[in-house]
Amino acid sequence: MSTHSASSHGTHYYVPRPSHYPVTLSGALFLLALGFVLRINGFAPGPWFMLAGAALILYVLFGWFGAIIGESVTRAYGRWEDQSFRHGMVWFIASEVAFFAAFFGALFYVRVISVPDLLNLLPNHGWTLYPDYQGLSWPQSGAGPKAMAFTPMGAWGIPALNTALLLSSGATVTWAHWGLLKNNRFQLNLGLFLTVVLGFTFLGFQAWEYHHAYAELGLTLGAGVYGATFFMLTGFHGFHVTLGAIMLTVILLRCLKGHFDADNHFAFEGVAWYWHFVDVVWLLLFVFVYWL
Amino acid sequence: MNTATTTANGHAPHGEHHPAGLLRWLTTTNHKDIGTMYLTFALVMFFVGGAMILAVRAELFQPGMQLMQPEFFNQLIGVHALVMIFAALMPAATGFANWQIPLMIGAPDMALPRLNNWGFWLLPPAALLLTMPFVLALFGIGDGAIATGWTFYAPLSVQGGIGVDFAIFAVHILGISSILGSINIIVTIFNMRAPGMTMMKLPLFCWGWLITAFLLIATIPVLAGAVTMLLTDRHFGTHFFTAAGGGDPILFQHLFWFFGHPEVYILLLPVWGLMPHVLATFSRKPVYGYKAQVYGFVAIGILSVVVWAHHFFTAGLPVPALLYFMYSTMSISLPLAVLFFCWIATMWRGAMSFETPMLFATGFIVLFGIAGLTGLVLADVAADAQYHHSYFVVAHFHYALFAGGIMGVMTGVYYWLPKWTGRMYSETLGKWHFWLTVLSFNLTFMPQFFLGLAGMPRRIPDYALQFAEFNAISTVGAFILGISQLLFAWNIVQCVCGRGAPAESRAWEGAEGLEWELSSPPPHHSWEIQPRVK
Amino acid sequence: MKRRAALVVLSCAASSMAHADFQWNFPTPVTPIARDTLAIHNEFMLIITALFVAVFAIMIYSMVRHRKSVGHEPAKFSGPTGAVQWFWALVPFAILLFIDFVLMGIPAFHAVIEMEDTKTKADMVVKVTGLQWKWQYEYPDDGIRFMSNLTTPPEQIAGATAKGENYLLEVDNPLVLPVGKKVRVLLTATDVIHTWWVPQFGVKRDAIPGFIRETWVKIEEPGTYRGQCAELCGKGHGFMPVVVQALPEAEYVAWRDAKKMELAQAAAGADRAWSKDELMERGKDVYARQCAVCHQPEGQGLPPAFPPLAGSRIVNGPLLTMDGKPLPDGHVDRVLNGKDGTAMQAFRNTLDDVELAAVITFERNSFGNKQGDMIQPAQIKALREEAK
Ligand code: HEA
Ligand code: HEA
Ligand code: HEC
Ligand code: CUA
Ligand SMILES: [Cu+2]
Repeated sequence: MSTHSASSHGTHYYVPRPSHYPVTLSGALFLLALGFVLRINGFAPGPWFMLAGAALILYVLFGWFGAIIGESVTRAYGRWEDQSFRHGMVWFIASEVAFFAAFFGALFYVRVISVPDLLNLLPNHGWTLYPDYQGLSWPQSGAGPKAMAFTPMGAWGIPALNTALLLSSGATVTWAHWGLLKNNRFQLNLGLFLTVVLGFTFLGFQAWEYHHAYAELGLTLGAGVYGATFFMLTGFHGFHVTLGAIMLTVILLRCLKGHFDADNHFAFEGVAWYWHFVDVVWLLLFVFVYWL
Repeated sequence: MNTATTTANGHAPHGEHHPAGLLRWLTTTNHKDIGTMYLTFALVMFFVGGAMILAVRAELFQPGMQLMQPEFFNQLIGVHALVMIFAALMPAATGFANWQIPLMIGAPDMALPRLNNWGFWLLPPAALLLTMPFVLALFGIGDGAIATGWTFYAPLSVQGGIGVDFAIFAVHILGISSILGSINIIVTIFNMRAPGMTMMKLPLFCWGWLITAFLLIATIPVLAGAVTMLLTDRHFGTHFFTAAGGGDPILFQHLFWFFGHPEVYILLLPVWGLMPHVLATFSRKPVYGYKAQVYGFVAIGILSVVVWAHHFFTAGLPVPALLYFMYSTMSISLPLAVLFFCWIATMWRGAMSFETPMLFATGFIVLFGIAGLTGLVLADVAADAQYHHSYFVVAHFHYALFAGGIMGVMTGVYYWLPKWTGRMYSETLGKWHFWLTVLSFNLTFMPQFFLGLAGMPRRIPDYALQFAEFNAISTVGAFILGISQLLFAWNIVQCVCGRGAPAESRAWEGAEGLEWELSSPPPHHSWEIQPRVK
Repeated sequence: MKRRAALVVLSCAASSMAHADFQWNFPTPVTPIARDTLAIHNEFMLIITALFVAVFAIMIYSMVRHRKSVGHEPAKFSGPTGAVQWFWALVPFAILLFIDFVLMGIPAFHAVIEMEDTKTKADMVVKVTGLQWKWQYEYPDDGIRFMSNLTTPPEQIAGATAKGENYLLEVDNPLVLPVGKKVRVLLTATDVIHTWWVPQFGVKRDAIPGFIRETWVKIEEPGTYRGQCAELCGKGHGFMPVVVQALPEAEYVAWRDAKKMELAQAAAGADRAWSKDELMERGKDVYARQCAVCHQPEGQGLPPAFPPLAGSRIVNGPLLTMDGKPLPDGHVDRVLNGKDGTAMQAFRNTLDDVELAAVITFERNSFGNKQGDMIQPAQIKALREEAK
C-alpha cells in the first residue's frame, strides 16, 4: 500500500465543513427501518414511516452527492484526498464481497450438508418430522408439507445471454476509461452509454426470468432452499446491478457535462470498479447457481 | 519510538468555525468531536446495559421467580449482551481510534471526515431500535424486545416476536456503522501517516485497530447476511433455517459464529494494542518485542476466522470437524502467549509506578489471563460437553469481556483523559475505582465458574436449590460492581468540567509518541502541518 | 430466603467452605464418558493453574522489585538480544505448544473418539424429542412412548409455598434406563433447538428440529440423575428438566413390560366409542399438561405471542370438512400439524389418538366456547392413517 510521498508534507488535507447530511441520513434510515418493521408485523402506520424515510434518503442523496460533486469540480480535492477515496472504495467493495460470501456459504452448506443429511434420515431411521417427505436430492429440496414441485432454472437460456451482456459491459466500461485517459470524449461517452444500455438490458432480462420462474416453473422464494438461495443470490446481485447502473447513468451525465479529466476522475473509476465487482459476482452465480 | 521534529502547531490557523451548541455535535467532521461522542455514547450505554443485568442478577439472587416473567428475563439478557457489545465496548474502542489515531500518526484528521460523522450517528438510531420494543410493549405494540439471547439462534428467532425484527435492523445499522468506521481507520492508517512513519513504526495501538478493521470488514457483512436470511425466513417464506424446506438451523450457527468468534478479537485487539503503550509508559522502558506483537496481531486475525465452530461443539458436528476446530482453537493460545510474554517483558526491569492506568493494565493482564486460560479448556471438545451453555462459559466470557474489554477501555480512558480534557483526574478516586472494581468483579464472576461446573445452565430465570449460595454471592458482587462504576463516571465528569490540575502536553513522565507532543487538550485541528518522523 | 442468603454471604466471607451446598467441581460421574471428562477437566485445571501461577509469579516479582519507588533504574532493551535471550523468549512458546497439542491434545483426542462412538455395540436405542417445554421419550423397539413434564407446582416457583428438595428438577415420567447397557440416544426436536444434558453422564447434545443427532450413555450405578435443557428455547427454557432413572436390568425389564401393557390398553381405547364426558375429563388433564404453558389454564393465552383459545375463531370453527377431512387451518389441522414458524407445534406424533380427540373436544367446550360437538379417537386414528 502506497503512502503519500514525503512531498505532501505540509500540504493541506481537505477536511469538509460540518454537514447535516450524515445525521439526516441516519434519521432517514431509522424511519425506514421502523416503518418496515411495523409494516411486516401488520401495523398500519408502517408505510407512512417508510415513505418519510425514503423521501428523506432521496433528499440526502441529492444534497450530499451534490456537495461532493461541487467539491470535486471546484478542485477542493488533490492527489492526497483522491488516494483516500480510492482506498475507501476498495475496502467498501471488500465488505460487499463478504456479504455475498455469506449467501454463497449458505448455498454450499445446504447443498453439501443439510440436503444430503435430510436425505440420510430416511434409510437410517425412517422417521422425520415430516411424514410426507419424499427424500429428493438437490435441486428438489424441502421436506415439509410446504415443499412444492418446481423446475430449477436452466443455465443456457437467458442466464447465458445475461453473462454475455454483463461481460461485454465490463469491456465497454474499460474502453470508456481508455477514452478518458486519452482525453477522447467521444470514446468515453459512447463507451459509458453502451455500458448503461447493456446494464439495463441485463436487468430487463433478469426481470423477465423472474416472471418466468414464478409464472411457469413454480420456482418461488418459498420453494425450499433452492428457491431461497436462488432468489436471494440473484436478487441481491440484481439489486447491486441496479445501483451500479444508476451510478453509471449519473457518471454518464457528468461526463456529458464535461466533468473529469485524465488525472481527476475518481468517481468514474470507483463506479467502474464497482461494476467489475458486480460482474465477477455474476460469473460465480452463473457457475454455482445456474450451471452446476 | 517516534520523535517528531515539529512540535505542537500552536493555534489552528483557520480558527474554529463550526456551529455552536447541539448543531456542532450533529454536524461535526472533526475527529476529536466524533471521538468524544463515541466515548460518551459508550459510557451511557454501559450504564444502560449494566442496569438491565442488575435487574437480572436481582432476579437470580434467590431461587423462585420474584421480579419478572421468564419472557422478560430472556429479553433482558439478550439486550444486555447486545448493548454491552455493540453499543458500549465497540463504540468505546472506536472512540479511542477517532481520538488517538490521527494524533498518534501525525494526521490532520481522519481520512473521510463526513463518513466518520455518519458512522457515529448511526449508533443512536440502532440503539433506539434495539431497546424501543420494551417501550412499545407498554403501549400494547408487540411483546417486547428480542428474547433469543444475543445469538439470534434460529428457529427460536424465527418464532419470536416483533423484537426480533427490530434487532435485525439494529444489527444492520450497527453493521453499516462498523464498516464505515473500519474503512475510515484503514484509509487513515494507510494514507495519512506523517512522512517517515513506516508501517513498522506505526504505534501498536494503530496496528491493533488495523487488524480489527480488517476483521470487521470480513465478518460484519456475514452477520448482516445471516440476519437478512432470518428476516426472509420470518416474513417472506424462505427456508434457510428450517428442515421443512431443506434448510438447517445449524447453518445459522455457522454464519453467526463466523462473525461471532472474530468479534471477540474485534473487541479486544484495540485493547491489546493499547496495553504496550501503557506498560511502557509506566515502566519507563521501551516496548518489548514490537515486531513480535505486530505478527501476533496478524496471526490472531487470521486464526480468528477459522475456528468459529467451537461455539457449537454439542450440535453434532462430524468427528473430523470437531478435531479440526478443537486444535485450531487451541492454537490461538500461541500468539496470545507471545503478547503476554511481551507485556511482562516490557515491565521487566523497568522503573514502574502504579498510577491508575497502570493498575488497570496489570489487573487486565491477570484477569484476562484467567479468561484466556479457561478459554483454552473450553476448546476441548470432550470437556466442553460439560461446560457448554453452563455458567462456566458465562464466567469465561465476562473475564474476557469485562476484565479484558471494559477494564482495557478503562485503562485507556485514564491514560488519555488528561490528553483529551487537559485535566488530571483524581488519582485517589481512580485507585478506589480500581480496587472496588477488581474485588467486586471477582466476587461476581468467580462463583459462576463453580456454578457452571456444578451444572447450572445459563439463560435460566430460576434454578435448583443447590445453586442458591453462589448465586447470592454473585448478585451481591454485581451490585457492588455496578455502584463502583459511578466513581468512574464521576471522575470523568470532573475532568470534562475542567476541574482537576491542568495536564501537561506529556501528561505522563514516561510517555512516548506523537500524541504527547501536542498540547493537552490538542488544538481543534490536530496536525495541520504534519510532523516528520525520523 | 433473604436471611438465608445474607447468612451465606457472611459465612462465605468467614470462609466456611464446608457448607454442603457449595459444590466446586463436576457432580459424581456415573458413565465412562463422564469419568473421562472429569479426569480431563481435572488435568486441565491443574495445567492452567500451574501456568497461571508461573506467569503471574514472574510478573508480580517484577512489580515488586522493578519499581520506581524503590529506585530501580529502567533497562533499555526492547527485544531479545543474543542467543540466551532468544532461548528464554522461545521456551514459553515451546512449552505452550507441548501443552496444547500433547498434554491436552492427546487425551482430548481419545475422549472425542470415544464420545462420538455411538454406533458400535449399542444394546438398545431410545429416541428423545425436545418440545417446548417438555421431553418426549420413545423406545422404538418396544413401542413405548411418553412425555416427561415438570411437576414442580407453580406455587413453589412463585414462592407461595416452600420449595421441595428437587425444586425444578422433578418430572412426572422420568426416562427409565437399565444399568450397565450401552444405550444409543437419538435426539430431535419438533419446534426449536433444545439440548439434552445430564451432568453426571457427561453428555450434552443438541436436539435439532428436523434432524437427528445422537449420543450414548452407559450408566454404571442405579439411581436418579437430574439435568436440564441447556439451549435457550423460549420462556419455559428454565423449566424443562431431564430426569433419568437407572434401574438394575431385572427391574428395568419389569418396568418396561408394565409400561407396554399400560400403553396397549390406552391404544385399545382409540377403537371404542367415547362419551363426551369421558373425553372432557381426559381432555382437561391433557390440556393442563400439554397446552396450558402457552394457552394458559383458563384458555386466555398470552397475546400477542400465544393466542387465546377462549373465543378463538379456529376453535369455534367447523371441526372437519364435509367429506370428513381436516379443514386446512382448522382446529383439528392446527392441533395435529401445528403451524410452521410459530411456537404451535405439531402434536401428531406426540399425543395418542385418545389424547388428541380429548383435548380437541375439551377446547371446544371450555373457556366459554360452546360448540357442543366432539370428535372420536377413532376419527383421529383414521385421519392419521390416511396421512401416511
Ligand atoms: C473478548 C472476548 C473473548 C476472548 C478474548 C476469548 C478468548 C478465547 N475463548 Fe472465548 N468466548 C467469549 C469471549 C471471548 N473469548 C464469549 C463472549 C463466549 C460465549 C458466547 C456465547 O455463547 O454467548 C466465548 C465462548 C467460548 C467458547 C465456547 C464455549 C461454549 O459455549 O461451549 C470457547 C470454546 O472453545 C472459547 C474459547 C476461547 C479461547 C480458546 C480463547 C483464546 O483466545 C484465549 C487465548 C488466551 C490464552 C490461552 C491465555 C494466554 C496465555 C497465557 C496466560 C500465558 C501462558 C504462557 C506462557 C507459557 C508464556 N470461548
Ligand atoms: C462487553 C460485554 C459485557 C459486559 C461489560 C457485561 C457486564 C456484566 N454482565 Fe454480562 N453478558 C454479556 C456481555 C457483557 N456483560 C454477554 C455477551 C452475555 C450473554 C447473553 C446471552 O446469553 O445471550 C451476558 C450475560 C450475562 C449473564 C448471564 C445471563 C444468563 O445466562 O441468564 C449475567 C449473569 O450474571 C451477566 C452479568 C453481568 C454483570 C453483573 C456485568 C457487570 O459487569 C455490569 C457492571 C456495570 C453496571 C452494573 C453498570 C452500572 C449501573 C448502575 C450503577 C445502575 C444505574 C443505572 C443507570 C444510571 C441507568 N451477564
Ligand atoms: C409452545 C407453545 C404452545 C403449546 C405448548 C401449545 N400451543 Fe397452541 N398455539 C401456540 C401458538 C404460538 C399459536 C398461534 C399460531 C399462529 O400464529 O397461528 C397456537 C395456536 C393454537 C390454536 C389456534 C388458535 C387460534 O385462534 O389461532 C389452537 C386450536 C391450539 N393452538 C391448540 C393447542 C393445543 C390443543 C395444544 C396442546 C395439545 C397447544 N395448542 C399447545 C402455542 C402453543
Ligand atoms: Cu428446551 Cu431449553
Ligand atoms: Cu469463540
